[in-house]
Amino acid sequence: MELFRSHVLICGGTGCTSSGSAQLLARFEKLLADNQLEKEIKLVHTGCFGLCEAGPVVIVYPEGAFYSRVKVEDVDEIVNEHLIKGRIVQRLLHHGSVEEDGGIKALDDVDFYKKQKRIALRNCGVINPENIDEYIAFDGYKALAKALTEMTREEVIDTIKKSGLRGRGGGGFSTGLKWEFAYKSQNEQKYVCCNADEGDPGAFMDRSVLEGDPHVVLESMAIAGYAIGANQGYIYVRAEYPIAVERLQIAIGQAREYGLLGKNIFGTDFSFDVDIRLGAGAFVCGEETALMASIEGGRGEPRPRPPFPAVKGLFGKPTILNNVETYANVAQIILKGADWFASMGTEKSKGTKVFALGGKINNTGLVEVPMGTTLREIIYDIGGGIPNGKKFKAVQTGGPSGGCLPMSLIDTPVDYDSLIAAGSMMGSGGMIVMDEDNCMVDIARFFLDFTVDESCGKCTPCRIGTRRMLEILNRICEGKGEDGDIERLENLAQNIKATALCGLGQTAPNPVLSTIKQFRHEYEAHIYDKHCPAGVCKKLLNYVIDPEKCRGCTLCARVCPTGSISGKVKEPHVIDSRKCIKCGACMEKCKFGAISKK
Amino acid sequence: MKSIAELEAIRQRTLDQVNLRREHEGTRIVVGMATCGIAAGARPVLLAFMDEISKRKLLDVTVAQTGCIGMCRLEPIVEITCPGKEKVTYVHVKPEMVARIVSEHVVNGNPVEEYTIGHAAE
Repeated sequence: MELFRSHVLICGGTGCTSSGSAQLLARFEKLLADNQLEKEIKLVHTGCFGLCEAGPVVIVYPEGAFYSRVKVEDVDEIVNEHLIKGRIVQRLLHHGSVEEDGGIKALDDVDFYKKQKRIALRNCGVINPENIDEYIAFDGYKALAKALTEMTREEVIDTIKKSGLRGRGGGGFSTGLKWEFAYKSQNEQKYVCCNADEGDPGAFMDRSVLEGDPHVVLESMAIAGYAIGANQGYIYVRAEYPIAVERLQIAIGQAREYGLLGKNIFGTDFSFDVDIRLGAGAFVCGEETALMASIEGGRGEPRPRPPFPAVKGLFGKPTILNNVETYANVAQIILKGADWFASMGTEKSKGTKVFALGGKINNTGLVEVPMGTTLREIIYDIGGGIPNGKKFKAVQTGGPSGGCLPMSLIDTPVDYDSLIAAGSMMGSGGMIVMDEDNCMVDIARFFLDFTVDESCGKCTPCRIGTRRMLEILNRICEGKGEDGDIERLENLAQNIKATALCGLGQTAPNPVLSTIKQFRHEYEAHIYDKHCPAGVCKKLLNYVIDPEKCRGCTLCARVCPTGSISGKVKEPHVIDSRKCIKCGACMEKCKFGAISKK
Repeated sequence: MKSIAELEAIRQRTLDQVNLRREHEGTRIVVGMATCGIAAGARPVLLAFMDEISKRKLLDVTVAQTGCIGMCRLEPIVEITCPGKEKVTYVHVKPEMVARIVSEHVVNGNPVEEYTIGHAAE
């Protein structure tokens, strides 16, 4: 047995990797070797800790010191001071993790983590995702063993049904019911699929689970396979997630080697294997029928339902398709029971949900909270509020299929039904916070632009309808909005929602509808007053110089790329709005605050 | 994988390695590892503790280091805190004393009086 006196956990999630955690690991390796500490101190490359804002993150146990924004040159100090002499490097500690008396708080007491409850993410940032033994040490594959040896297939399905687990990918359909339909479909060949084609802009919880805890997905898929009677699983993951794909491949290899995938698992007559299929990054391939078409080698286009995949899915066989985060809950439910899971959350939304916090928020990152936590708690208590003292304006949930909720709805509890009642949706869990500097018409245009790009083109309402909507929005943002545009948008939106073939089209108008509902005055300001209240839409902006404040320093005239500012030295300058391209360079440079957007 | 026993064996074996990262209340052995401690030979002592603990497979024991306690002449100093008990401080610890401290104090709960700071002061 190897015993280490200290473990150094270095985040290897995509966020921290892009801020240089691989270089940290290399430096730690070198310094530990130089100091002959390799046998005393263990380096662990983990998955995402969630607090991506503070990355790269390094945690040193047993003290639980939480170092944030660590640079390569800081590693020497951590090794020399902390690891050799036992003196914690105070200046590198994450500010939220230090007690008033200078002591270190337990990780669970840090504000960012205090209100969280990590079930789907329980192993992320704790285990080494490339080591199956560590997963097993944290009760991994125990649920599969329990299901195979102690439970009947019906009992497994019943447990999932009773737990109240609903699909975490967007729709929120009961996972247990889905399994039951597939179980009841008679066929020799059935399939289990995992939707890891996370396409919503700003959502990255599935990636984090795959990167930080890939085995939980394999284990839960095997449980699903046992329950419905399938012997083959496919994980459809986007090729843009190279770290996730690599760790999945390693995990599948290790599970096969241990016989946790393959023939006669745990000596039973149940056999199950999993393969990876890479997606090329089309948003529509997150739609279940399009995803299956893509796995089959066809074009990623949806088809009408019914027949539902549980009856006729992949290769025409009964198939269940669940999202990564859904699977991340399954093993725990089998192990701890339906009642345990159902004790968390609200009446109709059980358990926890992971949200990807982004936009104008202090603690960008991944958070997992019990269902029913309010938006206010997530944004202010966990997310740390809006940076730079700006005012909260809205929060966008559900990605391109969701909607924007204003300040008046900030006490909405986050669960499937409350969000829909408020005019948005859970979606996959993206949560983009906007402040007073965000223009809501521009936000609607951004999301619609995304769906127009990603529309597969199979059905007319989505292919043409969303484009017409985008044209109207573009017009409004350019100051060419006309009376009746809002009504035209609403009319088109209703028709698209009612007639589009798949979820992508049916929900594409949501960002527009919800912003019209909550921020109609901003649309009206754009159309009738030709004014963008947030100062975002360039065509509606005019930069002006306040003659009272201008000292005639000529700096603005010198930085202006189009030569549109004129004036004599020591006399107030003026901007020619016909030449101005509204780049804002003059406003940035002015030392007297004389230039403003109107 | 042919049996649950096999799975459990892997779990037990690895648990020792990841235990440090779990919340647990166990015995804490702290070795003074400032310049004075290292100069007086704290490193071999620390390694001896780790050896002994892994030999005995003591799951609930963590070994940590700390800075200078201020009594440099008594280094290497080792402090052992068992759950619910007073801290015991050993001074002038040598690697050959470690096995006895672990077996009598950490395992059986009887501090080795003659190695403690109280004894040395008399």
